[in-house]
Formats: sequence, C-alpha cells, structure tokens
Amino acid sequence: MFTAPEISYAAFAPTIIVLLAGAVGILLEAIIRTHTTRRHVQLGLALGAMVAAAGTAIVQWATYDAAGVVAQAGMFVMDRQALAWHVMLLVFGILGVLLFAARTRAGEEAFTPLGSTAPGSEDEAEARRRGFELTEVFPLALFAVGGMMLFAATVDFLALFVALEVFSLPLYIMVALARRKRLLSHEGALKYFLLGAFSSAIYLFGVALLYGATGSLSYADVAAAIIALPDMSPLFVIGAVMVLVGLLFKLGAVPFHTWSPDAYQGAPTPVTAFMAAATKAAAAAALLRVVFTALFPLEWELNWLIWTVAILSMVVGTVLALVQTDLKRMLAYSSVAHAGFILVAFAGFSPQALSAVPFYLLTYGLATIGAFAVLTQVREKAVDGTVGAEATRLGQWAGLGKREPLLAASMGLFLLSFAGIPLTAGFIGKFQAFAAAIDGGAWPLVFVAVLCSAAAAFFYVRLIVLMFFTDVPEDQEESIEVDYHPYARVVVWITAAAVILLGILPGGVLTLFEDAATLLTGL
Amino acid sequence: MSPMAFVYLAVVLFVIGAAAVLLRRNAIVAFMGVELMLNAANLALVAFSRIHGTIDGQVMAFFVMVVAAAEVVVGLAIIIAVFRARQTISLDEPAELKG
Repeated sequence: MFTAPEISYAAFAPTIIVLLAGAVGILLEAIIRTHTTRRHVQLGLALGAMVAAAGTAIVQWATYDAAGVVAQAGMFVMDRQALAWHVMLLVFGILGVLLFAARTRAGEEAFTPLGSTAPGSEDEAEARRRGFELTEVFPLALFAVGGMMLFAATVDFLALFVALEVFSLPLYIMVALARRKRLLSHEGALKYFLLGAFSSAIYLFGVALLYGATGSLSYADVAAAIIALPDMSPLFVIGAVMVLVGLLFKLGAVPFHTWSPDAYQGAPTPVTAFMAAATKAAAAAALLRVVFTALFPLEWELNWLIWTVAILSMVVGTVLALVQTDLKRMLAYSSVAHAGFILVAFAGFSPQALSAVPFYLLTYGLATIGAFAVLTQVREKAVDGTVGAEATRLGQWAGLGKREPLLAASMGLFLLSFAGIPLTAGFIGKFQAFAAAIDGGAWPLVFVAVLCSAAAAFFYVRLIVLMFFTDVPEDQEESIEVDYHPYARVVVWITAAAVILLGILPGGVLTLFEDAATLLTGL
Repeated sequence: MSPMAFVYLAVVLFVIGAAAVLLRRNAIVAFMGVELMLNAANLALVAFSRIHGTIDGQVMAFFVMVVAAAEVVVGLAIIIAVFRARQTISLDEPAELKG
C-alpha cells in the first residue's frame, strides 16, 4: 500500500527557492519581449534567488540543533553536511551566473544569440543582427544548482538518480551554447551528453542490482542489509561498483574522465567555470554520503577501486596536463588530477574526510572559477582592432604580467592554489585531504599524491613564468587585448581574496566544516 | 517461470546496449544503446520488485521512464544541432577536440 510521505517543506526552503525561481525564469522568457530588459530581469532573479537561498540555508544552519533535520523520511535530510554543500554550491552558482552576464567591451556576450541556428548560417547572422540574446541560461543554471543541492542532500538511490539528471540535463545544453567556436561547443556537448547518459545508465543498473540484493533503495537500509547478510552476494559488490562508477564519472576521475577535457574546452568559458566547480562539488558530496552511509560495510571490497582510480587520476591528469598547449584543456586535465586528490581523502574511510572533502572542494572551486574568469578577460585581437575569442593558447599569455599586473597576479595566485603552495587555500585543502587519508592508514596513497602535486606544480609554474618573466613576442604586441567587464572582475577579486583568506586564516571555515562532519541516515 | 529469468534477460539487454554505445559510430544508434541500458535497468528493477514483494522497484521504474524521456529531448536537440552544423552525426567525424 502507498502512504503519503510527510514532507517538511520548511527544511526544503533553499532548494524550493532556487527551483521555483528557475520555473519563473522560464515563464519570463515568454513574457518579456525586449532582450535587454529580459537579461537584466533574469540576472536579477537568478542572483536574488540564490542569495535568498543561501541566506535561508545559513539561517537553517544557525537554528537547527546539532545534527540537522530529516526533510523527508528515507529520502532527503538537511543535516549540517548538506547545508554546508548547499551554501557552497550557491556561492559557485552566484559567481558562475555573474560570469554568464559578463560581456566584452564591444558588448558581445558569451552565448550564441540563438542555439538552434547552424554555425555560420544566414539565420545565425540574422539573429545576431536583430540583437537576440540567449537568456535561458539563467533559469538553466538555477535548475542545475537546484538539482545539485538535492544531489547533496538525498539519502535514497532513486532520489539521487533524479537529482543527477536534474542537474546534468541543463549542463548538457549550456555546454552547446558557445558564441564562438560553435562547432567545438557542439562537439563537447555531444560527447558530454553521450558519456553522461552512458554513465547514468551504468549507475542505474548498479542501483537495480543493489535493490535486488537488499530489497531497498534507501542508503541506511542498504547498509543494514549488507551487514545483516553473512554471505556476501556478488550482486552487492557488482552493484556497488557500478553505482560508484556513475558517481566517479561526474567527479571526472580516470578512467571516467574522457568527457571532461572536451566539455571544458568546448563549453562557453563561464559555463566551464560554473560546471568545473559545481559539478565536482556535487559529485563529491553525493560520493561522500553514498560511501559513508550506504556502502561503508563493503570497505574491504571497494578500497581497491578507490585506490586505483585515485592513483590513475593523479598520474594521468598530471602527465596529460603537462603536454597541453591549450589553457582550458590544461585546466581540465588539472581538474582530473584534482579528482584524484579528492579521492585520496576517501581512502581508508576516515571520518575526517567528512570535513576535509568539503573544504577541499571549496578551495578548489573558488580557484577554478577565478582562473576561468581571468580566462574570459584575455582576448584575441584581429588586425583591424576587433576583439575576438578568448586567447587560450599558452603562448598568447606571454608577458601578460606586464600588460595587466593585477589580473596576471590573480591568475598566478589561482595556479599556486591549484599546486598547493603554502599561504594559499589549496595548501590547506590538500593538507586536510592528505591528513584524512593518513588517518585512514592510506599513507602509500598520500606518498603518490605528494609526488604528483610536486610534478603538477611544474605546469602551473610554467604559466606563471610565461606571464611574468617572458617578454611579449615582437610580432604579437597587438594581437592580445585584455578585456574588461565589472562582473568578471568582481568574480576575480572575490575569488582571489577568498583564496588568500582561506590560505592564511582557514581556522573559522575549518571549524564550520568540522561541525558539518555529521551525516544523518534519514530514518 | 522464475522471475530470475527476467533479471538474466535484463543483464543481456544491458550488455547489448553498452556494446552499442561503445562500438557504434552513429550518434543516434549510440543513444539508442543508452536507452536500451536504461530499459534493461527498468526490467531488472521490476523483476527484483516482484522477487522481494516490495513496490520500490516499480516506483523507480516509473521515475526512470520520465527521466529517460527528458533525456531524449535534450539528447536529440544536441544531435540535431550537430547535424545542422555538419550534415553528419558520425561520432568519428567531429574530431577537433583532441589530446
């Protein structure tokens, strides 16, 4: 028999605000006819909704008792862990949406005027002439953020699947909407979509097998059933591995990373910034919850998977990032290596991971959004003086420190944070992650991780040397233009300040994340 | 007929779908492979639901159908956009992104 579920809507308030604003945004698309008004309204709505949601989540954090509340029994929990991820995802969303709205000095936005037109066609030129603007990206971003928030708060494999698709589908579309290099954008979207759908099908079959083995879809019941049954059915292990594969794909860990360089490079850079930070955070959040509340009894059977994937991600990500000549692609492979560092914290299943992983993702996400925000500001300039696409070839960045010292210094700061140099946020993040692994007894893994960090520092420092200690090539003095838009600059300054602050005075934020190290099972 | 037979059938369908995704070069066919995998999971869920006598699996199958439909909308939109730009949907053809 069915019984109506009891849902505590107040606990869902942050998610409801975001998703409702997304739905209202879609309506506004049809109602507001003028392109400029629509852009301003959509931007205001998206920012307002996410700020309000973040405020609500912070109020919930302050008013809930120690652990948090169950929002819907066996389905969703709003514990401190979930609230911490909510606020983090909303911050990434706010910064990302600001970048969506930024444009060049000439007034060119990052998105194609009309996604349905073929690149280079008469229709596209006509849409551009009429000043069409693609403002659907703002509601799409809201849906993506809302889905990610649900993803981080669920304790049920069914709800996890629905949330996974709710945040993935808008991302597939946003990747395809670049204004320039549209063929690359389409290609990235197609690969991202096919591999994403493939991985969610694998996840789903894993869930079906776990359901077959345990008779339940709820994390807590699955864990209880695994503990209760004395003989280990192969269904458990195969199902658990398939579920993890689906989540590791979203995290972008080797060998499930093949989509990420293509999607990162093809996507409009603001979307790359948002996606790189937020998707990884959401995936890590879900992975934490699944591992620590559902699959922990299988620690012995699953540890090899985490070890292998972590080592492969760190090594392959670092080696391939070394040989890249395109900046977006280099950052994509560096994000693959970071997926490995995140997994290091999981090894050993130490409870410290519950505060180390969110902190790592915060430091990584802020630096990532900042780095891609800088990328949107450095543009190619044609001979006739028109400003074109982003300059993503490494060589084009030579001597940037002399043209625009502050911007180049911020980029240098983000790169040092990626490399984990002390006094930046990345160092504290890596330290926490490795400490969690050592606490779990995975010191050989930490050894590999430290070696990879050292090797990775090479390609980060290479770009810094290029920016500050290399002269602008003779013939290229006029080929690069440093663009300016207040939104993009604000994002750069905020993230740079946060990276320094978290690197020098991490104490307060670390304490908050230590408070967040509790998981409710939701029963 | 034992419900386990349906689980074995689901596994076979899943493997066929996965092979289609990995081996076929036509985007539409690869996408159909994904759909086959999702429906294989549905079949397994319903069969297990019958074995356990709980209704969770059947409920999940409904959710999967809805999500799969939404996925088709987005997937076909992207494939059509690629086709309009290139007049082909071969997965080997668009190969500007490498390395």
